[in-house]
Amino acid sequence: MAVEATTGVELVDLEETSLRELNRRLHELAADDPQPRRWRVVNSNGAHAVACGLNAPVEVEVAGHVGYYCAGMNQRATVRISGNAGTGVAENMMSGIVVVDGNASQSAGSSGRGGLLVVHGDAGARCGISMKGVDIVVRGSIGHLSAFMAQRGSLVVCGDAGEALGDSIYETHVYVRGEVAGLGADCVEKELRAHHRAELRSLLDQAGFDDVDPGGFRRYGSARTLYSFRIDNAGAY
Amino acid sequence: MSAVGAGGWRPGLRESHLYDRNVIAEIQRAAREGIYDIRGFGAKRRVPHFDDLLLLGASISRYPLEGYRERCGTDVVLGTRFAKKPLELKIPVTIAGMSFGALSAPAKEALGRAATEAGTSTTTGDGGMTPEERQHSKLLVYQVLPSRYGMNPDDLRRADAIEIVVGQGAKPGGGGMLLGHKISDRVAEMRDLPKGIDQRSASRHPDWTGPDDLEIKIIELREITDWEKPVFVKVGATRTYYDVQLAVKAGADVIVVDGMQGGTAATQDVFIEHVGIPTLPAVRLAVQALTELGMHRRVQLIVSGGIRTGADVAKALALGADATSIGTAALIAMGDNSPEYDEQYRAIGSAAGYYDGWQAGLDPVGISTQDDELAGRFDPVLGARRLANYLRVLTLEAQTLARACGKSHLHNLEPEDLVALTLEAAAMAGVPLAGTNWIPGAGDAR
Repeated sequence: MAVEATTGVELVDLEETSLRELNRRLHELAADDPQPRRWRVVNSNGAHAVACGLNAPVEVEVAGHVGYYCAGMNQRATVRISGNAGTGVAENMMSGIVVVDGNASQSAGSSGRGGLLVVHGDAGARCGISMKGVDIVVRGSIGHLSAFMAQRGSLVVCGDAGEALGDSIYETHVYVRGEVAGLGADCVEKELRAHHRAELRSLLDQAGFDDVDPGGFRRYGSARTLYSFRIDNAGAY
Repeated sequence: MSAVGAGGWRPGLRESHLYDRNVIAEIQRAAREGIYDIRGFGAKRRVPHFDDLLLLGASISRYPLEGYRERCGTDVVLGTRFAKKPLELKIPVTIAGMSFGALSAPAKEALGRAATEAGTSTTTGDGGMTPEERQHSKLLVYQVLPSRYGMNPDDLRRADAIEIVVGQGAKPGGGGMLLGHKISDRVAEMRDLPKGIDQRSASRHPDWTGPDDLEIKIIELREITDWEKPVFVKVGATRTYYDVQLAVKAGADVIVVDGMQGGTAATQDVFIEHVGIPTLPAVRLAVQALTELGMHRRVQLIVSGGIRTGADVAKALALGADATSIGTAALIAMGDNSPEYDEQYRAIGSAAGYYDGWQAGLDPVGISTQDDELAGRFDPVLGARRLANYLRVLTLEAQTLARACGKSHLHNLEPEDLVALTLEAAAMAGVPLAGTNWIPGAGDAR
């Protein structure tokens, strides 16, 4: 590990430094005035749990592919993955920004409660499952059962969505520009009003997708028919 | 009570065993309401249990300890495998996870107070950690559930241990349930849900499936908390032998096995009564799995589901558990089903001793409710005092039995100290039928 004198970036090579040591050092950063503020992790080679549990306003760039749960439960940090991410990237994130330059595997942003997750490629199945306030913007397409039981926050998909989108969804806003293979139980297409368009524009801008026109999207959300148990709805489950 | 039961019986009135009054009433209710019966409490059917085992006290071939003079240790350390800070408990009885939402805030506070007084741990539930329970619980286990309601890394770091809940005994394979009348403003906010809806929480974790994923999930939780906290894995008792082996393989420090008698705040009656296996075979299967891996006592085993007395505690430990856990009994100790409230139980269609309507939020005692007026009736200090008393009694009873068996620590109890009263219990627990050397099914039971 060494701080590059010219850039002020702390360089960590995971072939020389253990994951435990990296995460420990990131956890020890001062909450308000962390030094160094910028970190670059190389040779990640698909390691799991890279830069998880951060709680300081630092910027971490992982120059490579990561395994499961990279940036899990992130608070305040900005984590950029210059590669593909395995299952559960940014799971349960609370705040901050997580960016995946490549593709994300299953359960991207699952149960996230705040912050922004941006995926420049595609995201796999169960993207945004159980999301609780996080915003997720995907440049490509997402897999099946995405936004399952999604509670709060917004999921923006510039490509297509797989089967059973938004199954048993609560109050998450889902925006899809491409084809939706199928909607899950209690998920319906809804009118995209002016304030939704403004929300969409804002999310695309935050993600850096200012070339994407919010006009081509459709909105999906909860029909709210399954919010109370009724025998007449039994067939919907 | 029908006319038949209330002194109205006369020759010729013969009740069907198959269609008894409860069965008939349930068919009629289902036809009337068109929805399954959702209730609290645990399984009510009779299943083989610790009552079907007996301890062999010392006599000529074994030497007892003096009941009031000689020490019988009760302490237990949980999480010695990987965690930097294992849980050190004074007694082998912990308080099981019960959610804020299912229970009122004062009830959660009382659980923490009592556990602290008795020197044991309490556990959060499917609804996150409240400041009250953290404040009043010296040792608090934080559950990571499929729903992830209220899940946050600050609470993870504040916890003394982490429990990944795969399932519970009342409903292995089922998710949580909290009916709309218990989703108050505070509960809704903690869970990020709209107020007043009938909330169904997931039965599968959102970010892992299967034992290989679980192993990585545990590593993530350990990394986030810098390998300090013990990580428990809780399973409802079904394929217990395999579940325990997989949990060990996944890296658990502690395994919690909850038998089918384990309580629930709200579950379909058909689920409670018909899914899972009893606690008795679950203990044996768990111990067998640990022993075969060479991990018995290295990965600690907590057993729950119908622990009511010190005899239950002693027998569970004799079968190889490191600790037990209570939920239903803890609520009863704090005042649930108290005769003092019989009239009010009757006003809502139940009676003291029968009340299982924990899902409804109308609890006159103020434990399983989110109604401010009802919750305000419950005194957390008094409730805690009663529960702490009960925990002491459980411990004293278990010590009494252990001393009689000649044991200077509860963990010195062993299967050899047990016999079974019934063939079923002998086969399930793996101990001989009393007066014989016969263990039905021994050697091939998983």
